[in-house]
Amino acid sequence: MNHLSLIIKREYLTKIKNKSFIIMTFLSPLIMIALISVVAYLSQLNNDKKRTISILDESGLFSETFKNTGNTTYNYISNSTVREAKAFVKEKEQYGLLYISNGDLETVSKSVRFYSEDSPSLTIMSGLENKIERKLREEKLISNGLDIKQIENSRVNVSVAQESFEGQKSSKIDNILKLAFGGIAGYLLFMFIIIYGNMIMRSVIEEKTSRIIEVIISSVKPIQLMMGKIIGTSLAGVTQFAIWIILLGVLSTILSIVFNIDLMSVQTPQQEVVQQAMDNPVLQDEITLALQSFQNLPLANLIIAFLLFFIGGYLLYSSLYAAVGAAVDNETDTQQFMLPILMPLILAVYVGVFTVIDDPHGTVSTIFSFVPFTSPVVMLMRIPFGVPIWQQIVSLIILIGTFTSTVWFAAKIYRVGILMYGKKASYKELFKWLKY
Amino acid sequence: MSELLVADSVSKNFGNFKALNNVSISVPKGSIFGLLGPNGAGKTTLIRIINQITMPDEGKVLLDGQALNSDHIKDIGYLPEERGLYKSMKVGEQVLYLAQLKGMSKSDAKAQLKYWFDKFEIGAWWNKKIQELSKGQAQKIQFIVTVLHRPKLLIFDEPFSGFDPINANLIKDEILKLREDGATVIFSTHRMESVEELCDHIALIHKSNKVLDGNLIDIKRQFKSNTFEVGLQSNNKEAVIKEIENKFEVAPATFKNVYDDVKLNVKIKPETSPNQLLSFLTSKAEVHHFVEVIPSASDIFIQTVNNN
Repeated sequence: MNHLSLIIKREYLTKIKNKSFIIMTFLSPLIMIALISVVAYLSQLNNDKKRTISILDESGLFSETFKNTGNTTYNYISNSTVREAKAFVKEKEQYGLLYISNGDLETVSKSVRFYSEDSPSLTIMSGLENKIERKLREEKLISNGLDIKQIENSRVNVSVAQESFEGQKSSKIDNILKLAFGGIAGYLLFMFIIIYGNMIMRSVIEEKTSRIIEVIISSVKPIQLMMGKIIGTSLAGVTQFAIWIILLGVLSTILSIVFNIDLMSVQTPQQEVVQQAMDNPVLQDEITLALQSFQNLPLANLIIAFLLFFIGGYLLYSSLYAAVGAAVDNETDTQQFMLPILMPLILAVYVGVFTVIDDPHGTVSTIFSFVPFTSPVVMLMRIPFGVPIWQQIVSLIILIGTFTSTVWFAAKIYRVGILMYGKKASYKELFKWLKY
Repeated sequence: MSELLVADSVSKNFGNFKALNNVSISVPKGSIFGLLGPNGAGKTTLIRIINQITMPDEGKVLLDGQALNSDHIKDIGYLPEERGLYKSMKVGEQVLYLAQLKGMSKSDAKAQLKYWFDKFEIGAWWNKKIQELSKGQAQKIQFIVTVLHRPKLLIFDEPFSGFDPINANLIKDEILKLREDGATVIFSTHRMESVEELCDHIALIHKSNKVLDGNLIDIKRQFKSNTFEVGLQSNNKEAVIKEIENKFEVAPATFKNVYDDVKLNVKIKPETSPNQLLSFLTSKAEVHHFVEVIPSASDIFIQTVNNN
């Protein structure tokens, strides 16, 4: 057996036999499921809270506007002063009092007040505001002599059907799907680099602190050891990820069957709006279209590009992590070198999130999908939107070129650094090591 | 061919620092070769070059007449000064792994390992982790790792540090036995008594330069100053001392003896023979003690380093 495969085998086996690794592998999905369940449960609890809002409507315009919903009851008060109403609401421990004064429409619109014990939730306030605004607008339209019925009838719903020149139909939901695809791929790479890059770094430091490094280095070349570490740790990482995905799948199925907790029911008010929109028959069509467009995604391209950029990006960063491990003596000294590694990575994620969503083929996202330190993440996010193959190839070539030189650079630092004990290297020294 | 290892004009720079300057050594086959020098002299750099851990900037190293290459890794066993093993790996697994990295097959490594485990009676350690062993026990494992693949050349950097006297002796005997079996040993140390005991050749490196090398006995001959420790008994000590002082260069001596002697270091000229001195002394007083002063390795070490 040659050296590299021996090293890979050892690194892999030590990693997956490590107690904390095993515990993390099996515990993290449990913790994640538990967290999500707790959040789901809590948000259900939160929504379950019943509240009563009293309304003192002196104008009499809004007697039909506020209708009870599941959690909110509206209680109309009449023939009372504001002070009495406030006292009443407080005594009954109701959520709040909405006060609308009498007068012309202008006065009414300016005099609406909401009194409450605690500051009211933003969603409730904007709900109230919407209702009042709509009602007042109707009143204004009527007072201007317009027929509400006609206005309602003249309302048009437009949904632009998108179709590429090749005749592929797509939709806005299609875009969301692509975004999710790219986002997940980019984020996965980001997580993978951080988790397993750190693991590589720690294992380099371990070899230095246990002083075994010189024995190993007298048998194998430093670059073999470094590559063996990177590959072995990555394989352990892939194993861990695979177990996580399987466990998460199994556990969430079991949970939703046994405890009847719907994990998807973690909802924010915004999602509620989306939910309502989904019930709209026009959108129903769009969903079918989206399912079609899922099949239209360039799946083969996606998978191949995902693998290539994932491996390239991961190797690029993990070799840097290995170099950092070699340059320091213990983990606390790694801080000064971590920032320059993390910066481009975080930049990549931000560029991905902010510019790719805005315009996947805009100047900024295009440039960053070529810059080697950000390209793996940004390109992975762009590809679902259809990136010309030549761009992918060029970006990949740049990535491989950079990757080769960072590995060279890391190997240099590694070669010198692993034999330096008790010394905290500065950037200046690292630069000198390159010339040894 | 009588030289196993030849380093020819080896130089190595680290930035502006010259770690080795034109150093040449030749290690005879079957010898125990002491590589001596103060801290930071460049010994470890030279050893790392022999192990192909670092490459020399200039010069070349030949093993068995061939320029060093990756095939030689299996021919060398190296026990570094900064030593250690994977703490959380089991003893057996670990030794097998390291032996395979040295190019042994797994079955061969297993058989050899069994031999050494039986020899040191440590078979029970196979499934223990290194962190469960004491420091001395771990050192034994490290010694086995160094010699397991039956290397032609063994390099020990401070091999006895961390061993108690019993285990140090055990290791010393093993080193001598390995030499009998045909291995050549390079031995880097500060402990001059072990140099005296084990080494037949030495090289002294000081401030990146080789300042002295050769057969230890030849070197001692070269360094001896024709001085003799003399112990005399006489009723008239002062007169005797005076007479000797008139003929030879004399200094007081401090050897241990059971008599209340006149104790002197007497230096004779190279053309004078020891017999002439002795017959002169017997004519003046009763001679109880007459020994030529041979410099110890330690004396040579200190003298050479101070002169440079």
